[in-house]
Amino acid sequence: MKVLVPVKRVVDYNVKIRVKPDGSGVDVANVKFSMNPFDEIAVEEAIRLKEAGKATEVVLVTIGPAKADETLRSGMAIGADRGIHVKTDELVEPLAVAKILAKIVAEEAPGLVILGKQAIDDDSNQTGQMLAALLGWGQGTFASKVEITEGSVDVTREVDGGLQTVTLKLPAVVTTDLRLNEPRYASLPNIIKAKKKEVAAKTPADYGVDITPRLEVLKTAEPPARKAGIKVGSVPELLEKLKTAGVL
Amino acid sequence: MTALIVAEVTESALAPSTAKALTAALQIGGGVHILVAGKNVGPAAEAAAKLSGVEKVLVADGAAYGHHLAEPLAALIVGLAGGYDAILAPSTSSSKNVLPRVAALLDVAQVSDIIKVVSADTFERPIYAGNAIQTVRSKDAKKVITVRTASFTATGEGGSAAIEAIGAGSDPSVSSFKSEALAKSERPELTAAKIIVSGGRGLASSENFKEYIEPVATRLGAAIGASRAAVDAGYAPNDLQVGQTGKVVAPDLYVAIGISGAIQHLAGMKDSKVIVAINKDEEAPIFQVADYGLVADLFPTLKELDAELAKAGR
Ligand SMILES: Cc1cc2nc3c(=O)[nH]c(=O)nc-3n(C[C@H](O)[C@H](O)[C@H](O)COP(=O)(O)OP(=O)(O)OC[C@H]3O[C@@H](n4cnc5c(N)ncnc54)[C@H](O)[C@@H]3O)c2cc1C
Repeated sequence: MKVLVPVKRVVDYNVKIRVKPDGSGVDVANVKFSMNPFDEIAVEEAIRLKEAGKATEVVLVTIGPAKADETLRSGMAIGADRGIHVKTDELVEPLAVAKILAKIVAEEAPGLVILGKQAIDDDSNQTGQMLAALLGWGQGTFASKVEITEGSVDVTREVDGGLQTVTLKLPAVVTTDLRLNEPRYASLPNIIKAKKKEVAAKTPADYGVDITPRLEVLKTAEPPARKAGIKVGSVPELLEKLKTAGVL
Repeated sequence: MTALIVAEVTESALAPSTAKALTAALQIGGGVHILVAGKNVGPAAEAAAKLSGVEKVLVADGAAYGHHLAEPLAALIVGLAGGYDAILAPSTSSSKNVLPRVAALLDVAQVSDIIKVVSADTFERPIYAGNAIQTVRSKDAKKVITVRTASFTATGEGGSAAIEAIGAGSDPSVSSFKSEALAKSERPELTAAKIIVSGGRGLASSENFKEYIEPVATRLGAAIGASRAAVDAGYAPNDLQVGQTGKVVAPDLYVAIGISGAIQHLAGMKDSKVIVAINKDEEAPIFQVADYGLVADLFPTLKELDAELAKAGR
């Protein structure tokens, strides 16, 4: 079984982004980019399935600018076999991403697609569910455990009240939550080896997908700032303040 | 124009988050119907019919919807979608699972997690863990929207909508429920609580989490929250995680104990009315959002807090 893992290049999670003063967007010049953390977890899970003999090949896909090649390479450095780079400098919304992925799935015929549950830039949490919809497959979102059995997969999901386990027929779509695994670090020899792995260069037009945005961004603003608070010296003083504030 | 709200149902009851999504739908304007899908959801349907401004409640009662599986539920909603201009749901783990599936089947871009209705087609939503707010206009004829419940107050009762039973949709038969492990708690639900006492890695063990956080939370009638680090380390279960990828809360009082205040944690609680931080590191970023900060070792501080609250008769 082949496993397909879509990965996104995003602003690193440690960066506190700044909004451009003219409200036209977020200033991402000269900031560090990395693979979306949930996608790292997805790559790691796919590699573990391969190591366990459940998967035969791990194929990465990224949709993004030329620099997203680094994102593919970092996934191949921890063990993915090859990559597909759908090159575009446009912002591609989750629905269009899902449409491109559906076309790639038709070509590659994976038994499982593992995605991150959300990208930490647009925080949409949509792509995996949309891909499953377009393919007519089952979806195991927000996974904290994935167990492949004969012809199906059991996915334990983090839900509001606790945990839920569903059984999905294969092929299926899984999206990762934080506690599915802890991704490994790449070794230097593997980083070098990854540079030689095969990456197919494509464009959205190759798949006949219209990526025109459906959402028009009118403005990007700073969130309202909280006004600075005070330090209190003791527990009784704290309780006094809370009483005065009317919250106790 | 008419909107359909997909109700959040917990067991047989209507979750309070539904009335918050209703507020957003009423701001968009036009009529509002509510879909209540699940097993034995009569009581939830009756509660939905009482909400002010609701014209009709559709009830799909059946085992197929008992565990809110995305595949049959999305098929049901898509079957109804023709009659609606907008489909909304509160941003819960259930609707985050189902609504994007609905949107794709309808060939619509979902607007996730709106925090404000600007007009019938324009909304505000947070990006980058709430460090920027985007105003977006949906160009799709039909809107599919999830509503961040911390940003909307609940619509009250006062209605008497008709309740109409509807048949089941088709089940794609690609998924089935296997098991669940749901937390049972006497405490208020995290996203509906007025007070939240939250613990982080500073608690250092699950025993400490229990011994130090629980009594104070009990005295305050508070829900308990946790940081990701506390959940990852097993001090608290996953459903207590507050943050970018956990629950987003905005209680009257949020008490952060042994939590450093990473961007991803702040994303889930910085809209709380009053924030208290107890941390021994005076440089901890949590103090930048706290109204009242106490630089202290949390262990003796929490014992003292518990004793002082007891003295005050809480
Ligand atoms: C993709 C992604 C998503 C994430 N999503 C979330 C999320 O939803 N929610 C979330 O919370 N995090 C999330 N995180 C993790 C986040 O980045 C931080 O790692 C996490 O919030 C840290 O938790 P913490 O504050 O409990 O631990 P730490 O950062 O380790 O802080 C512990 C604090 O406790 C204090 N302390 C220790 N001992 C004591 C004592 N005896 N008395 C008083 N104070 C003490 C320390 O001074 C310190 O400030 C996410 C990270 C990523 C990459």
